[in-house]
Amino acid sequence: MTFSDHYFDIDRLDRLSRKETFVHRLDPRVKTIATMLFLITVISFPKYEVAALVPFFLFPVLMLTLGDIPAGFIAGKILLVSPFAILIGLFNPFLDTRIVAVVAGLPVSAGILSFLSILLKFVLTISAALLLIATTSFPGVCHALRQLGFPAIFVSQLLLLYRYLFVLLEEAMRIVRARDMRSSGARGAGVRVFVRLVGVLFLRAVDRAERIYHAMLSRGFQGDLPTLRPSRVTAVDLAFLAATIAFLAGFRFSQVAEGIGRSAQELLR
Amino acid sequence: MHMADALLSPAVGTTLWAGTAAVTSYASKKLKREIDDRTIPLMGVLGAFIFAAQMINFTIPGTGSSGHLGGGMILAIILGPHAAILVIASVLTVQALFFADGGLLALGCNIWNLGFYPCYLVYPLLYKPLVGNSQKPGRILVASLVSAVTALQLGAFSVVLETLLSGKSELPFGAFLLLMQPIHLAIGIIEGLVTAGIINYVRSARPELLETMAALRPLDASISLKKIMATFIVLAVITGGALSWFASTHPDGLEWSIEKVTGKGELPEQENGIAPVLKGIQEKTAFLPDYGFKPAGNDAKEGEAPPVWPGIEAGTSVAGLIGAVIVLGMIVLIGMGIRSFRRGCT
Repeated sequence: MTFSDHYFDIDRLDRLSRKETFVHRLDPRVKTIATMLFLITVISFPKYEVAALVPFFLFPVLMLTLGDIPAGFIAGKILLVSPFAILIGLFNPFLDTRIVAVVAGLPVSAGILSFLSILLKFVLTISAALLLIATTSFPGVCHALRQLGFPAIFVSQLLLLYRYLFVLLEEAMRIVRARDMRSSGARGAGVRVFVRLVGVLFLRAVDRAERIYHAMLSRGFQGDLPTLRPSRVTAVDLAFLAATIAFLAGFRFSQVAEGIGRSAQELLR
Repeated sequence: MHMADALLSPAVGTTLWAGTAAVTSYASKKLKREIDDRTIPLMGVLGAFIFAAQMINFTIPGTGSSGHLGGGMILAIILGPHAAILVIASVLTVQALFFADGGLLALGCNIWNLGFYPCYLVYPLLYKPLVGNSQKPGRILVASLVSAVTALQLGAFSVVLETLLSGKSELPFGAFLLLMQPIHLAIGIIEGLVTAGIINYVRSARPELLETMAALRPLDASISLKKIMATFIVLAVITGGALSWFASTHPDGLEWSIEKVTGKGELPEQENGIAPVLKGIQEKTAFLPDYGFKPAGNDAKEGEAPPVWPGIEAGTSVAGLIGAVIVLGMIVLIGMGIRSFRRGCT
């Protein structure tokens, strides 16, 4: 995946976050807290747990469908992200070869279980983070962080980073295009040229920051970026949070999937 | 390399988040007192600059693969530690949310690994003393190289420690270290060269600029590692294959091969040092003390290491598997139902 694909994905997530659905209308603070609780619950499962993780797919699936987010887009992003967790997890089947079960005549080792567990956790955590941004918008999350007590300076510059991300990425794309047009083969792709290009980009960025600062000053900037959109936590938000907590606690402390499997086995008998 | 949610345990994740929260709020307090408003837009734009710079690739000499700027060290040099760690944290936040690099729980680890070390250890303790008051490009080159390499080695080492303490991966300490440190040595050298190049270019083009920005230093750089990754995967499979061969041919091959790699057995290592302390904390903080996770039998032979794997009866896991498939099917049906219902409404 090239960086310009990343860029178009940011753009697409940004546009998705402007939809008006039930999920989008929930208070950003409530969604951020619910997502963090979800992540902690998923991560808290022990190493070899597989079946009990499956019911947790309900949370992303509901956010996805109720928020009207295209499933293929999120799935594609999950498939393309950095393979680090999977790469490290890939060792488990080789290192932990104790056989713990025989399924349909095939032996299953402990390492395969723990690898599956890592895979499930990976998909669950990544999709939760992506869906948070796709249903809340980045500025929404930033303001939620501010209201939840993150330092004002941090949140202000995070908002500014996001605002100028698109401008500077387009500038970088123009630079890359110009370099590619003037270089044949490997010429011009080396470190020397790179350093100068980035140096120029840096100087332009600094000058831009200076202009932005003056523009902001003339509009009354005093070090903080307040939002005009009042955010009030409503009864619906609290109900959503309560339902999420009940859902997480319920599936964390009971073996739902295994129970259903047992009854299915008995029915078949 | 970004730490990932899926490899984390709650204890490690929240500990690192607490550390990161402490460091960033300390930095914010410092900044509030020391800077003027002008720095805030500068920080935001430089964060965006890191992303833009990462779009420009270059060919790594001698390998033919391509790399890009990480950025941690350059930000620290340019903005000073307090502002730099906030910008690094912002860049990582955007990456976690939009690119799904790592994840939100691992964000604490990542800010620590890629922000704390360059800003608060390497910059004050290595870069500044090495550069001194000199403006010579050679000095900046040496200082940047040493700093970038050190920062990335510390970061990589932290990833290894965090993964190990979380206990989700089976990778033994020594082998993991051997995988991570050399790759990050290469990344660090390239990051250092590029960082020094950019700083020196800016210094020659606009000498006054860096002075007005007080302290200078670059952001976290990682190479796009396609080729190294391919080698890494092949090595991983070979190593894994070899280890599982040992595991199957030796009576207790697993422990044997781990002993070979780490120099000590797996269990003694867990009984010494920091692991048991953290494990104790983890057991206290865990939602449930590893229920179906306790060694099933105390019937392991005396004097022999108790089995790491808790005996699970085959029936249980088959029931779990069937149940998981049924639940997954139900969730998919719910999702499809809502989707078609919504379509029907519009």
